[in-house]
Amino acid sequence: MRLALVLGEVGQGLRRNLSMVVSVVLVTFISLTFVGTAILLQAQINQMKSYWYDRAQVAVYFCTDFSSVGTCNQTAATPEQVAAVEAQLDSATLAPFIDAYYFEDRDQAFENFQTQFEGNAIASLVTPELMTEAYWVNLVDPTQSQILADALSGLAGVESVVDQRSYLDQIFDILNASSFTAIGIAALMLVAAALLIATTIRLSAFSRRRELGIMRLVGASNRFIQTPFVIEGVVAALIGSILAAGAVVAIVEFFVQGYLSQTLPQTSFVGLDDALLVVPVLLGVGALLAALSANVAISRYLRV
Amino acid sequence: MIRFDEVTKVYRGTAKPALNSVSLEVLSGEFVFMVGASGSGKSSMLRLVLKEDRPSSGAIHVLGQDLNRISSRKIPYFRRNLGVVFQDFRLLPNKTVFANVAFTLQVIGKSKGFIHEAVPDVLAMVGLEGKAERFPHELSGGEQQRVAIARAVVNKPSILLADEPTGNLDPTTSMGIMTLLERINANGTTVIMATHDAGIVDRLQRRVVELVGGRVVRDERGGGYVTQAIPHVQPDIVIPAAGPREGLR
Ligand SMILES: Nc1ncnc2c1ncn2[C@@H]1O[C@H](COP(=O)(O)OP(=O)(O)OP(=O)(O)O)[C@@H](O)[C@H]1O
Ligand SMILES: [Mg+2]
Repeated sequence: MRLALVLGEVGQGLRRNLSMVVSVVLVTFISLTFVGTAILLQAQINQMKSYWYDRAQVAVYFCTDFSSVGTCNQTAATPEQVAAVEAQLDSATLAPFIDAYYFEDRDQAFENFQTQFEGNAIASLVTPELMTEAYWVNLVDPTQSQILADALSGLAGVESVVDQRSYLDQIFDILNASSFTAIGIAALMLVAAALLIATTIRLSAFSRRRELGIMRLVGASNRFIQTPFVIEGVVAALIGSILAAGAVVAIVEFFVQGYLSQTLPQTSFVGLDDALLVVPVLLGVGALLAALSANVAISRYLRV
Repeated sequence: MIRFDEVTKVYRGTAKPALNSVSLEVLSGEFVFMVGASGSGKSSMLRLVLKEDRPSSGAIHVLGQDLNRISSRKIPYFRRNLGVVFQDFRLLPNKTVFANVAFTLQVIGKSKGFIHEAVPDVLAMVGLEGKAERFPHELSGGEQQRVAIARAVVNKPSILLADEPTGNLDPTTSMGIMTLLERINANGTTVIMATHDAGIVDRLQRRVVELVGGRVVRDERGGGYVTQAIPHVQPDIVIPAAGPREGLR
């Protein structure tokens, strides 16, 4: 009996304020799509971070005839100096931190360069003499590159010790900034959605103020008076949330998996499983947001 | 049943109190008329009994409850013991007579079976049998007020508050409504009625409480609209100018 009555009130309220309900649906749809995208972007960044950080190496570059950086004096490192560095890498102090290392001589560096810049004019300008010899070191813990830098940069014939992660960090800083921007926009839009829901509910309450007055007079409990309005807000917001969830899943399915990962096959992207993890978050945020703002909006009508 | 102890009510933004140190006791089963000029505080008193407002000072006890102490969560349950009728009926225009009365019972969670027994009974009691499926705009003013009374008493409240229930009705129709209220009172419900209708007060010869400028100036059993016993005007009280006013709630 009471359930039917409550649901009847909800249906009436939704129909009476159809245009406001539609705008609530749209605003929650768009804001939650932003929220979902921001979450997935963050997941993507973390995924790429762990992928690339694991592959990031520390390069120990040796002096060339053209270099005057570090300990170099425009003379190429001698084989003895290279051997001294290798001895350090094998020493008891450094070996525990090192997972693997290999030496790249000028010819290998030249070959790598040629494949990397294939078709580019610069590829025909360089000769093997211009390339730099280097040890490429994989660390057990990629964050500890400073140990290698401290131990090796002062050695004779060593030009520099470079952690590739320092390049990655710049890229990830940019990606993070864009993801935080998306989160910021999402938060602003959620505020807009909350205010719009509150306004809609207030309007709905205003159009039913006669009923509300009589309900209060005859002793309807606050919960009974509140419930239809809260459900009304939650229903509208849930429709928006479901649309947003659909949009997020579609973005991942058709854009990320269907287009991005076809074009960039060597990069791993967020998949449908990540998108499906976001769906309950969106539904939860939508419902909670609506319930809270509807509750606050209606409480004015319940005050004695 | 109802007790006011030194109750003063000053509305926010006004200097003059709407009620000024009012003390009053109404016993179970009584029929009380509240009379007095416009703005003398009759509606304010009824609103305080309903706990629609809180007094600025003083204590109010209704049905054994101290209204200053009742928690706001309990107020709806407290109100289920009171019925209210207004001058403007306050019916829901898009609901039938039956649905208007049933609404009261629905929102306090009565069962369908109970509603289908109680509503026809109370409609018959107020003399509206056969009109259950009409809408308010298809009824006369007197009939609409009967619907409002049916709604107020369908839950068998111990107290019925009526704020100028005959204010919009002609004398004959008013007498019909009064007969109904007397019958409700005879069944044990305490009735408090604010009115300007001298004819009714004089005819019924019930307890009369007269307010002037928010003070009780007369409390007489078996009295008329204007007393014969004591001088009507007390020199230390300024009587507000009577006349049409806005803002009555
Ligand atoms: N909500 C309010 N805010 C401020 N002042 C109010 C409010 N309600 C009533 N008043 C003032 O309180 C005083 C008493 O008003 P009240 O409505 O109780 O009078 P009344 O006796 O019912 O008058 P009437 O016979 O015209 O209905 C008046 O001066 C009125 O202006
Ligand atoms: Mg009044």
